[in-house]
Amino acid sequence: MSELKGWKEIPIAGIPFKPGTEYKTGSWRTFKPVLDDSKCVRCLLCFVYCPEGCITWNETENRVVIDYDFCKGCGICAAECPRQAIEMVLEAA
Amino acid sequence: MTAITKKVEQKLLGLNGDEAVARAIKQCNVDFVAAFPITPQTIIVERFSEYVANGEVDTAFVCVESEHSALSACVGAAAVGARAFTATASQGLALMHEIVYIASSLRLPIVMAIVNRALSGPINIHCDHHDSMAERDACWIQFYCEDAQEAYDTTIQAFRIAEHPDILLPVMYMMDAFLISHTMQNVWVLPDEVVKEFVGYRKIPEVEIPFYGKVPFAMRPNVPLTLGPLDLFDYYYEHKMQQQAAMERAPDIIKKVHDEYAEISGRRYGDGMIVPYKVEDADIVLMCIGSTAGTARVAADLARQEGVKVGVLRIRSYRPFPAHQVRELLKGVKVVGVLDRCGPYGAIGGPLYVETCATLYHAKERPLLVDFIYGLGGRDMSVQDLRGIIAELVDVMRTESPEPTLRFRGVRE
Repeated sequence: MSELKGWKEIPIAGIPFKPGTEYKTGSWRTFKPVLDDSKCVRCLLCFVYCPEGCITWNETENRVVIDYDFCKGCGICAAECPRQAIEMVLEAA
Repeated sequence: MTAITKKVEQKLLGLNGDEAVARAIKQCNVDFVAAFPITPQTIIVERFSEYVANGEVDTAFVCVESEHSALSACVGAAAVGARAFTATASQGLALMHEIVYIASSLRLPIVMAIVNRALSGPINIHCDHHDSMAERDACWIQFYCEDAQEAYDTTIQAFRIAEHPDILLPVMYMMDAFLISHTMQNVWVLPDEVVKEFVGYRKIPEVEIPFYGKVPFAMRPNVPLTLGPLDLFDYYYEHKMQQQAAMERAPDIIKKVHDEYAEISGRRYGDGMIVPYKVEDADIVLMCIGSTAGTARVAADLARQEGVKVGVLRIRSYRPFPAHQVRELLKGVKVVGVLDRCGPYGAIGGPLYVETCATLYHAKERPLLVDFIYGLGGRDMSVQDLRGIIAELVDVMRTESPEPTLRFRGVRE
């Protein structure tokens, strides 16, 4: 931690110096969801259930994309996928 | 209220306090209202939902399932930059309690009307100040109104004060249950366009974030900010100090907005912080908040006809507390009777008494101070009761002894 600042120098309302998006919480992950595009029917249930907003729809590529910078590997998407298109794979040590 | 020359043509309407608040909210360009009806605040929500249903306002109105949700929704709305309003009373305010602190610490300029109602138990719907006194230390600006007209005027001023870039604190303003909320009164109402111009639209101030530089202080997807994160021993204190500093800046801005409003409306409430009545030459002063001030002025005038010099000091802004003015105004006063519509329960007196005691401790000449607890659960406070209090204070002045300093007025033995 850098030198602590005084109350006149810091943003009000407890706003951190950098936004939460700068902390890549994906590093907390133990299991990584891996999507098999050939099994995926684009129903987007994974998008609906993802509690972190890490699953998005890439319209140009016609596929579901997982943001590994923020996915914490909770496995809800894999559990909810009706086609078992998502596999939870142990992260490399 | 002191009337000065009216600059703007106004309409005189028969409104109760709740209706006066609803009407003011309708004129204030409010973006978002979330509220849950609770007696005696219900009429505010009812009237305002009528305005929404009739298309008279473009406000987003959310019917929530509780007061905790009402204030939480306002926190969310204010965080994205909306002008947010809610209203509640008693148990509703108590249920909001944790969000009350969150709103002020997130520096969200929410405006909330409170109709002062006793807290359970036993359950009671009538007036006393237990509910808002419980939120006294939550770093909200707190105004206590004396009548429906002041409730209307304070609503309009509240947005300007809360949203001022040097303050950014929420404002709650109080009306006594039924005595103000349900009592029909002649209320002068400003034209819509005049109020709209006075309050304007909510301006989003900038905040300096090391990662970005200067950015708008509002949640925007393209400039993500984190609001309400964990803040431990290394920075929590600094953020609380910022709240304190904002509160210290508040009196000047409250007075300035009050002056500007007086220019267009012709109505003044003292200097916006404190409202003295015949205090300059008084030997005895009755100190109070809320609707009792009017009754106290009548009692003071009657006492003066009998040669007892009585004045009335009404605190309009309870937070920030006008300590300096109290000290100045009470110079030379011999006896002060503090009227508390809230129980002391183990303290040396009610909240206004404790505040006044502490304020006067550093004064060179201190008046004798007596606390009168009154009106709990809506027990009436008549001119006759106040004349009885004045008689007791005359005794205090004669004997030079304030004992007992804590007295209970109007309770049966």
